[in-house]
Amino acid sequence: MTDHDVVLVGGGHNGLICATYLARAGRRVTVLEAGESPGGCAATREFAPGFSVSSCAQWLNQLNPEIIRELSLEKHGLQWAARNLASVSLDAGGRHLVLQGEQLEGERLTARDRESYPSFRRRMLRYAKLLATACGTRPPKLVESNLADRLNLVKLGLGLKMLGREDMGELMRIILINMYDLMEEHFDSEQLKALLSLHGVLGSHMGPRSPNTVFGYLYHCMGEHHGYLGPAQVQGGMGALGNALAASARDAGVEIRLGTRVAGIDTRAGRVVGVTLSGGEQLRAPLVVSSADPVTTFEGLVGYRNLETGTVRRVSQIRYKSGCAKLHLALSGAPQFTGLDPSRLGQRLVIAPEMDYIERAFNAVKYQECSAEPAMDISIPSVNDPTMAPPGQHVLSAIVQFAPYAPAGGWEQHRASFTSSLLDCLEHYAPGISAQVVGAELLTPADLEARHGMKGGHWHHGELSLDQVMMMRPFPGATQYGTPVAGLYLCGAGSHPGGGVMGQAGHNAAREIIRREAAA
Amino acid sequence: MNSTSDDTMLLTTPFHSRVSRACELNAWGSWKGYTTPKAYTDVELEYFAIRSTTGVFDLTPMNKYRITGPDAGPFLNRLVTRNVDKLGIGRVGYTVWCDDAGQVMDDGTIFHLGENDYRLCAYARATDWLFWSALGFDVNIEDETAAVAALAVQGPTSCAALTAMGLEGLADLKPFGLAEYDFEGETLMVSRTGFTGDLGYELWITPRLAETLWDRLFEAGAPYLIKPFGSDALEIARIEAGFLQAGVDFVPAEEAVRNGRTRSPFELGLDWLVDLDKPLFNGRQALLREREQGSRYRFVLLDVDGNKPAHNSFIMKGRRKVGTVTSAAWCPTAKSNVAFAQVELPHGAVGEELVAEIYYQRELHWTRVLAPCRVIEAPVFNPPRRRATPALPF
Repeated sequence: MTDHDVVLVGGGHNGLICATYLARAGRRVTVLEAGESPGGCAATREFAPGFSVSSCAQWLNQLNPEIIRELSLEKHGLQWAARNLASVSLDAGGRHLVLQGEQLEGERLTARDRESYPSFRRRMLRYAKLLATACGTRPPKLVESNLADRLNLVKLGLGLKMLGREDMGELMRIILINMYDLMEEHFDSEQLKALLSLHGVLGSHMGPRSPNTVFGYLYHCMGEHHGYLGPAQVQGGMGALGNALAASARDAGVEIRLGTRVAGIDTRAGRVVGVTLSGGEQLRAPLVVSSADPVTTFEGLVGYRNLETGTVRRVSQIRYKSGCAKLHLALSGAPQFTGLDPSRLGQRLVIAPEMDYIERAFNAVKYQECSAEPAMDISIPSVNDPTMAPPGQHVLSAIVQFAPYAPAGGWEQHRASFTSSLLDCLEHYAPGISAQVVGAELLTPADLEARHGMKGGHWHHGELSLDQVMMMRPFPGATQYGTPVAGLYLCGAGSHPGGGVMGQAGHNAAREIIRREAAA
Repeated sequence: MNSTSDDTMLLTTPFHSRVSRACELNAWGSWKGYTTPKAYTDVELEYFAIRSTTGVFDLTPMNKYRITGPDAGPFLNRLVTRNVDKLGIGRVGYTVWCDDAGQVMDDGTIFHLGENDYRLCAYARATDWLFWSALGFDVNIEDETAAVAALAVQGPTSCAALTAMGLEGLADLKPFGLAEYDFEGETLMVSRTGFTGDLGYELWITPRLAETLWDRLFEAGAPYLIKPFGSDALEIARIEAGFLQAGVDFVPAEEAVRNGRTRSPFELGLDWLVDLDKPLFNGRQALLREREQGSRYRFVLLDVDGNKPAHNSFIMKGRRKVGTVTSAAWCPTAKSNVAFAQVELPHGAVGEELVAEIYYQRELHWTRVLAPCRVIEAPVFNPPRRRATPALPF
């Protein structure tokens, strides 16, 4: 006898979103989350006494507002500490560049930069809108597409066509190229070029000269299409979003079991029958939905030997190498960035002075080495949300690119030296910051993998590049959220359309599961 | 010494010195990168050696993979359509393997050599697929194609010839059984297997002793009219016996470029090799679906009127083309004109009358005959001596 219609593996944001929609459609859903708090990468953790931080994702800039509304997340406790933050590209000499929506400020900008940027941005937003349309629907299959899939393709094609001859031609020209070349075509300011390039490589294993980075940039721009003119900061850290999602799920009738690790997804004769927990307990259910990444799901949970070879081959070819680390600092006071107005301290601060700087940082990770001078995307959440640190003190959280997954000799040999090189790097922009550090934590890609169950520590559960999107995500044969294992579905970022904290995969998966199981 | 030759890019087998000496016609072909004789002296005489006395065929180029380790059995069971658990130690099984779409990648034999120890013989190179398939299994896969020399010894007097060579008690070996003998201090493995449909054996030995084995075999076999045969004679024998040839009667799934050109085991008449009760094997999901929804093609054996082999013929039902011939031969022993064909379902039921559109040329003059043919149930050559144990004395 089973007392669940659906067992959902992983209580990350996509898992909770999928569970909520399924429960609202009348399914009895049990979510099994290994961690002690819901939300997955939407997490807040105290890393030093009195200092809390969004321990994985730090900004919210892509969560679909429609999902926020439909799940009544604000009613369930989601509050904003800040919205539409500006991005400040730091300059060691204090001549910073500030970008907010269409607004550009900075004394090193040229007339051409100021003139080009608004039209460049508007064009990119037109492309991002088209991309958002594609992200909102299930991707068509490579072959044997049915009518609905064909219509979706037609819609996409039409959308492309409706861009008009010039925009469409330009999109086709740039979609496969790299940010470096695109930036060189449009702008003079190294600061501006580097800042926009960083958007194209965030979370990925790519440098500005890597193909696919223009796609990465457009992907980033989707946030703006959803109304985020800049990143938003959640009150209480991203864990508060996890809690709001959990509250919304429970409100819909979802049972959430925290601290419950799934050891395996059980199959019999090519069909899913339930899951086995790490303690040995078995839960039987006709449907299992995994929000874990596809490699973890198939290699780790289902097991390669329980799959046909073709599937194993596809899964083992997924590219999921990450190059991102997180740095968390507990600071005794507000850091002083050279030339930065203290009122800007709560904005998004970026260290990426030149495109070549990012590229050099990327070079290292190709050889499993740490960047000597990494790019950083910095948040000081305690400025907008004093609950994150003791009074008068601050928390600094930085996405660090690039750090290897497995440096030679193992991370323990490199952890201290890399942390200290990161402090040196910060010191360059905020002299005296090292002396303010009262606690520090470095989360390497390996740490992120261990904590959040993301293979390779990759945010997107697999590289977001054109070979791994749409009908290729996670791999042909497991698109449209179904898998070669009957009754097993995917709802995480490893599925179309991927994402950081976006929630679209969970939303789309629920819709597809309801549709398919109703037809079955 | 044996692995390369000066005048060809092709590899040579460890028997090459003996093969080339016997190959009076100098008619060489390429078999998966090895130079092999199409015919030694005369195709008909070679064929009749297989059917009346003893024929010897160098099958070293056959791809051979050694699969060992604790998961060897489960690995093979996931790989192939047959239930490998039912294959005892010392037994050989014919099988096919499929891709995830249930399309046949290859056919071959599995030798169960010992506990957790198997040899897989395959038509196509399979290293890539075997290694992908090994993910998640504790197995070791070794390509031993060049490390094992092999001869097929086929025909009614084959047992007698081999016994004369010193393989005592060989007559008691059952079909698809394995036996080991000491040969010059090394192990000579003998399997009662073959590709001719006759009484016959295959010998497996280290390349170092290949030439010695050949010499001793031909010496002992002389009174039994032993004769080497090439691939042309084998082609007639295997068609007579109803054996499929990969790359001829089906396109290995990984080699096919065009959509829809591959075939499932059901479409090749190999239903008996597919154990859908096994909980998991490559292609199972797709084959279950095919069982439910029906196949596209049927593999048929045709008895074609006249004596013109229906090479590459269209198969007609009335004025409609319903299939094509993949293999054809005039079969001398059975005195039948046999063709293998793929016909579109629902055609091809046993007894159905069809027409083979045969084109042939005589002195630059092309002729077309419309030869009536009918679907037959079983291969035309299947003598009791093929299975009799102990092997019948000839």
